[in-house]
Amino acid sequence: MKKLISAVFVAALAIGTTLGAAQADTKEWTKVRIGVEGAYPPFSEVTPDGKLIGFDIDIANALCEEMKVECELITQDWDGIIPALNARKYDAIIASMSITDERREKVDFTIKYYNTPAKFVRKKGSGIEITEEGLKGKVVGVQRATIHDMFISEVYGGVAEVKRYGSQDEAYLDMVAGRVDLLLADSVALDGGFLQTDAGKDYEFVGPDFNDPKHFGEGAGIALRKGEADLLQMFNTAIEAIRANGTYKAIQDKYFGFDVYGS
Amino acid sequence: MDFSPIFENYPLYLDGLVTTVKLVGMSLIIGFGLAVPLAVLRTSSNPLVNGPVWAFTYFFRGTPLLVQMFLIYYGLGQLQFMIDLSQRHDFLKDAYWYALLAFTLNTGAYTTEIIRGAIMGTPYGEIEAARACGMSKLQTYRRIILPSAFRRALPAYSNEVIFMLHGSAIASVITIVDLTGAARIVNSRYFTPYEAFISAAVLYLCLTFLIVGGFRRLERHWFAHLRPREETTGRRKVGQAA
Repeated sequence: MKKLISAVFVAALAIGTTLGAAQADTKEWTKVRIGVEGAYPPFSEVTPDGKLIGFDIDIANALCEEMKVECELITQDWDGIIPALNARKYDAIIASMSITDERREKVDFTIKYYNTPAKFVRKKGSGIEITEEGLKGKVVGVQRATIHDMFISEVYGGVAEVKRYGSQDEAYLDMVAGRVDLLLADSVALDGGFLQTDAGKDYEFVGPDFNDPKHFGEGAGIALRKGEADLLQMFNTAIEAIRANGTYKAIQDKYFGFDVYGS
Repeated sequence: MDFSPIFENYPLYLDGLVTTVKLVGMSLIIGFGLAVPLAVLRTSSNPLVNGPVWAFTYFFRGTPLLVQMFLIYYGLGQLQFMIDLSQRHDFLKDAYWYALLAFTLNTGAYTTEIIRGAIMGTPYGEIEAARACGMSKLQTYRRIILPSAFRRALPAYSNEVIFMLHGSAIASVITIVDLTGAARIVNSRYFTPYEAFISAAVLYLCLTFLIVGGFRRLERHWFAHLRPREETTGRRKVGQAA
């Protein structure tokens, strides 16, 4: 009998704690910690003097201003960016993360804040074509665990050799060193982060735009821990607000000069 | 806790395990081959012989393995002649060889110092005895100094092998899918860091277990003359003599 009572007591205590935790989640948000990558130009990069700049960073700051909360930006390697969110190292991820079903199993997403297609890059004069035949035996560099990694592994994994990098910057280094034949990544990131730079002047886009939602998701969204409904609502409202009041366009024009929101 | 992604991806882990074993095994073998002559040179009293080897071991023991690998992989990749060369030779595009080079030089440097220490510890009487028997310098090294030095170096060297196994985990940062690389892929695809890395850790533990066991056997064999004589064998010998 005593055992039974203590078991009930423990169970009640456990339920009490979870309820308590759930209640803690519905707190008033005054400070939001945001995880960013910092190695994904022109969306997110660290300047030589250690400052974070880029489209993601400006969007994050604009959203925080709109939500009237204090923001702290925390850089985190891409590999661990979702586990660190769930480990409460920060409360949101603004890191050009595509909204996919696999990720939805671990995190919640806001509406998209931009959507640009993926594209391949080749060396000028290499003549590589994006077909099953053209990719045979070619080495394709992608960032590990991105939609581009999933796509190439699934669709061309049997034909091409996939080389996976921790960050997009490392993939650019190996492209210049001649160790990969093709890169697959977001077209805007490739353009601003590589093709427009001095290192990328001998390289060019090849093949079609890839944007089918099955592989490439519905665009980049902000990832939150599951169940943080009020924060999700805050972010969604803020995204719509900066879209409406011209802040979004001002940031977009600063970096791209064309529409990155997509249809 | 969900280990199903690990079981679904066990070929990835197996391939990673094979890559790790190959990478570490080859770098240890080549590194050891490099270390023996270098250790002999390192004991020379001529600074022109001793100096360069000292500089080599000082550099590779004095800098992190990760930095050495970045230097060799991304650093060399920046040089124009390496870019041209890797256009002509496909194997130069493969990260594996750069990691092998970095690991070999690193373990070579440590092993050189381990063996040098063991050579320095050779009792002078052994060398004098060899000379008195009329052995040449080469014969002295081959028959007396090196065998006894290897014996003394064995415990320290077994540590080096284990450190090398653990150090090899950083191969995964230059795109090699070794055991750690496999874990990183599974982690980043399924967002299960605990399951992904504990599985790799268990496999590393198994490898370490095999290495330790192997060295223990070797030590029993090589240090047989230092073990207290076992009772039973002693009695049998007496019996045989009678």
